Amino acid sequence: MPYRLVKQALRKNKPDPRFFMTPADLKPSYDVVIIGGGGHGLACAYYLARDHGITNVAVLEQGYIGGGNTGRNTTIVRSNYLTPEGVKFYDESLHLFQDLSEDLDLNLFYSTRGHFTLAHSDSAMRTMRWRAEVNKHYGIESELWSRDDVSRSVPFMDMDCGGQQPVLGALYHAPGAVVRHDAVAWGYGRGASDRGIEIHQKTQVRGIRIAGDQVEGVDTDRGFIACKKVVSCVAGSTPRITDMVGLRTPIDIRPLQACVSEPLKPFLDKIIVSASLHVYVSQSSRGELVMGASVDGAPLHSTRSTFDFVEDLADKMLDLFPFLGGVKIVRQWAGMADMTPDFAPIMGITPVRGFYLDAGWGSWGFKATPVSGKTMAYTVANDDDHELIEPFRLSRFAEYALVGEKGAASVGH
Amino acid sequence: MKLLRCPHIGPRPVSEFTYGGEAVAERDPETCDDSAWADHVFNVNGEPGIRREWWHHGPSGIWFILDRDTRTDTVVRILDREEVTGG
Repeated sequence: MPYRLVKQALRKNKPDPRFFMTPADLKPSYDVVIIGGGGHGLACAYYLARDHGITNVAVLEQGYIGGGNTGRNTTIVRSNYLTPEGVKFYDESLHLFQDLSEDLDLNLFYSTRGHFTLAHSDSAMRTMRWRAEVNKHYGIESELWSRDDVSRSVPFMDMDCGGQQPVLGALYHAPGAVVRHDAVAWGYGRGASDRGIEIHQKTQVRGIRIAGDQVEGVDTDRGFIACKKVVSCVAGSTPRITDMVGLRTPIDIRPLQACVSEPLKPFLDKIIVSASLHVYVSQSSRGELVMGASVDGAPLHSTRSTFDFVEDLADKMLDLFPFLGGVKIVRQWAGMADMTPDFAPIMGITPVRGFYLDAGWGSWGFKATPVSGKTMAYTVANDDDHELIEPFRLSRFAEYALVGEKGAASVGH
Repeated sequence: MKLLRCPHIGPRPVSEFTYGGEAVAERDPETCDDSAWADHVFNVNGEPGIRREWWHHGPSGIWFILDRDTRTDTVVRILDREEVTGG
């Protein structure tokens, strides 16, 4: 590395290092087409090439890579879910994240912080205790902390929340972490591209052709591509894609909003979530407070952000940290979230042969980026669901075998 | 503050209203088979466009149905009571 640095310093023309190059034209056919160049799509491409040797693959992205929900989440990684299916799945993801910087040869600024889910009521305490027991059973560091212990760990927090909803305790999850979300997408993109996979940005899918019940190809705004396997990794736009193949799903789109404050001196090293106050917050390495809330009250296919959201969030933040009164919000935005009835994803094979779904990512998708990529790659390569995602199959609704992750998915659902 | 027109007492702040799901024809659980019932209970028309929805006005306790464009969050039409109940 120092040698490369010296060489770069002495060089007259300093070319921008490119993460990947894209061929000018689409090929007439590919073995696999992945719709959506976010973290999930690029991770799927990466593992298809690395683990299964499938490299005749195109990733089609209608905007730019990582410009959808991959770049709009609040970058939190954790595995303290409620159901055994969810816990096993997200814990595999957390372990993949822990080694990912080395794996992708890119510093993702993975920062283990510790994650508190505050409980403000007896029923919330009961859910936390339940989650802690399920988590511990599967070997995950997760325990119930008393009000005093929480107070000692986060000394700046108003434990009475202005007197309205005092904190009774919290679920503490030591491996909870934050990680640069753009770097995750770009790292996977580079890794996939280095192994021969093509990433085509500004390429929109207009339709999917099916003969009998088998996928034959996709129509794009740059022409037709023949392929026998299509993977949909377009959380936020899933109903548009499933509509093209005539699949009905329970996915409804709601905006999920977030915002950041101006940079402050580091004071908060933990990730704080309050389900009762519908708010979560962490402090980035740049010092900004990264804050989010629950999804909007009604479906909407738009990334507009509202004043109502900031007003409500600021109100709750001041309950937790009253001294933030003079701090300014500098950016706010929204992502479109694929909401499902049981707050679990919808993944794997579908009744349409060659059409694979990686969807239903609601407000829990970013933390699953590595494991979804890995399990979807397995599923596409073997044309059979990976055992970790089998509980998340689309057919679970018709079988009345829901996963019931509501009590642990983000906040306030 | 965004306003929504309550069919009975006129424009009110949207925060007084709650979304109540897509308005679809009821099915008879006695004659419906399991897969049709699952489709009715879980599946939605989630693609962008104009959709018929239930909304509830909290202060007056009234449920009503409207057509809303889910791309722009604009209400296209609020259905009359007679239209919903069939007279």
